[in-house]
Amino acid sequence: MILSRAWAWCLLICCLTQPVFADRIGDVVDTHVWEQAARFFTFRDPSLRYALAGALLLGISCGVLGSFIVVRKMALMGDTLSHAVLPGVAAGFLWSGTKDPLVILVGATIAGLLGTFLVSVIRQTTRIKEDACMGLVLGSFFAVGICLLTRIQKMETGNQSGIDKFMFGQAAALNADDIRLMALCTVVVLLLVSLCYKGLLAASFDQDFAVSLGLPVRILHYLLMGLLTFSIVVSLQAVGVVLVSAMLITPAATAYLLSDRMHRMILYAAGFGTVSGALGVFLSFQGNNLPTGPFMVVGASSFFLIAFMIAPRHGLVVRWLRRLRRSRRIQFENTLKGMHRVLEDRDFVGDGVSLRELAELRRETIEDVRKRVRALVRAGQATLGEDGNMAYFTPDSRSTAMRIVRNHRLWELYLTNEANYDADHVHDDAEKIEHVLGEEIVRQLERKLNYPAQDPHGKRIPGIQEIQEDGVRPAAAGAGLGYGESR
Amino acid sequence: MKGSIASLDLSAFLLQPWQDDPAGYGWIVLMAFLVTLSCGLIGNYLVLRRMSLVGDAISHSVLPGIAVAFLVSHSRDPWIMSIGAIAAGVLTTFLIENIHGRSRIKQDAAIGITFTTLFAIGVIIITVFAGKVDLDQECVLYGEITFIPFFDYVSLFGRPIAPQPVFVMALVTLITAGLIMLFYKVLLVSSFDSGLAGSLGFNQRMVHYGMMCVLSVVVVSAFESVGAILVIAMLILPGVTAYLITYRFPIMLVLTVVHALLSAFIGLHLGIWLECSMAGSIVVAGSLLFVLAWIFSPSQGLLRRVLYRFRWRENAETQAGGSPA
Repeated sequence: MILSRAWAWCLLICCLTQPVFADRIGDVVDTHVWEQAARFFTFRDPSLRYALAGALLLGISCGVLGSFIVVRKMALMGDTLSHAVLPGVAAGFLWSGTKDPLVILVGATIAGLLGTFLVSVIRQTTRIKEDACMGLVLGSFFAVGICLLTRIQKMETGNQSGIDKFMFGQAAALNADDIRLMALCTVVVLLLVSLCYKGLLAASFDQDFAVSLGLPVRILHYLLMGLLTFSIVVSLQAVGVVLVSAMLITPAATAYLLSDRMHRMILYAAGFGTVSGALGVFLSFQGNNLPTGPFMVVGASSFFLIAFMIAPRHGLVVRWLRRLRRSRRIQFENTLKGMHRVLEDRDFVGDGVSLRELAELRRETIEDVRKRVRALVRAGQATLGEDGNMAYFTPDSRSTAMRIVRNHRLWELYLTNEANYDADHVHDDAEKIEHVLGEEIVRQLERKLNYPAQDPHGKRIPGIQEIQEDGVRPAAAGAGLGYGESR
Repeated sequence: MKGSIASLDLSAFLLQPWQDDPAGYGWIVLMAFLVTLSCGLIGNYLVLRRMSLVGDAISHSVLPGIAVAFLVSHSRDPWIMSIGAIAAGVLTTFLIENIHGRSRIKQDAAIGITFTTLFAIGVIIITVFAGKVDLDQECVLYGEITFIPFFDYVSLFGRPIAPQPVFVMALVTLITAGLIMLFYKVLLVSSFDSGLAGSLGFNQRMVHYGMMCVLSVVVVSAFESVGAILVIAMLILPGVTAYLITYRFPIMLVLTVVHALLSAFIGLHLGIWLECSMAGSIVVAGSLLFVLAWIFSPSQGLLRRVLYRFRWRENAETQAGGSPA
């Protein structure tokens, strides 16, 4: 209730203070930042509405197509195409003599397809690698385009004011016709992609499989490239030649970090595309003549940065935390194992392990051992005696220790008996693998070794019964330590 | 539209300029040659190492570097611009490597994300500080060799030797060529067989980063003449043209020089004939040379392939006809 009243006040203030309508975004800038922001959300300026609609449509079509080129490892094809359409734009202009969007669109699409075709022909008939082919076509086509454009400038009829829009793009200058064209493009893209989804999916991930299914892989490739060219040409007016490739790559790459399923990736990419498009329009609305494209790109890149850091599975910070947790667990398990071995050495007389004994066994200083045991105590896996020099197991951690020792010794036995290792070569290997063996595999090992009682060094291997008798669920103990994460 | 292109009058387009203004056109050709040569020399390695599109990336992402350098120093001094460019180039390389190495993003996508982001930041800096930065995005995207001021001469020992831009470009070319000669073996080995280079104890990362620094300087000094996008063509064209003709690396370097010289001359005359952008026409000339090499290359050309296939079929037919059925 309060919120809606505040919103109403906001609207009222906006209406009272800003009675003028701007023809273009950025014409009205003599206002406060907050007022300008509030003004954005009233959507009163027609130019703003067009820009926003353009950005949203652009985000959708680029996100969908970008997903395909990113998984196909052809991300820079978008960059190549966006430059290669220039001669088409110029030729269309020369042909029609005016800035007729339809002719320019047709010319640009033809030039883009020609560029795609040349890239694959050069790659197939020479030993030049794909990246050089792309750079080659990009630069050469662009040069031809520049030559044509400078010719147009020299001609008397050469009012090329519209051409610059293609180079740098200004979403604020979009008009209703442009928006209609972009909407058409987005609909066509969505329609064709959903019709050919299965085929595109197969051809993108496993070309040989797609061929063996009898899919027209080459036609699908050119279909994708055709759609790409078409939507690049349409988007150029909003973001410009250089930055249109960002709108193709960045949202799709962000989605790629977040999902392993193609349909979900496409959805995410379209989502990130639209949100960063809207963000770009919003930010460029805040100042005088700020360009829209760069802000869209910076928005998209910020989303990428966030996903790069904290994506649930692939994020940098997330993986770092996971590694930290794993190494902490291994340290805990090693300390517990040490405690168990101290007890074992004195035939399980008494409950407590003195830090001194533990330090001698692990060949560490008392201070180090104290630090380790304190960490265990903090994690609730051990208790310290009154004087702080004796460590005691908790029921949980005693079974953990036994389980680790059991893993270690079974593995040593397996290496000596089955893999014919020398008994004095197996310790280091077992030291590493004891932390990652799952309960299932240990059972198999045990069965294969015919339920042994002693390891190659004559030490006793704790049996599963013993561990269970200690009042703990062994399976749960294993599962709780996150073996699944280690992959 | 045909009428707007002048008919091909050889004497007017080949001889007239040299009679009218030999010095002016001479400097333009020399400048074009130096730009194409320095780009081509470093570009050879990019082509061989399959890093052509890293050249694309760096040519765009030096923009924030030079914008910041200009904001801080308020001068267009080539040295300061170079420092900004090197910083941006190293940052680009670092970002690409990290995005690619520390996540599942492939290298091509990492390149795309990095350079577009840096370029966007550069454009934002330029527009936000529009009053203070005497740069605009257009001058970076398209340069034009004929707009370069060739009247400010650099003097050595009291005698003017060359216009300042030509002098700087010559210096850059000399440094590039000198570094290539100095590290010829290292670059050769690490470009063809990185495993061997590693086992010989060459520091691959240093080679990579060093090359990116040189690339950034070359690119930023070529900006004024050709702009950020045509630079990519200049980086790649000489290398791939030579790559089609020869299998030997030293010959490839020599062919790069020939390619640079030819495209500078042909480009100039093409530009005069068509009355269009000189930078564009130089690249178009370079592309034409590539197409010629593609068709007529003695070892790998299209023509040879066609002839070979034709002769093979002929042989097969005569053999089939000659043998008793």
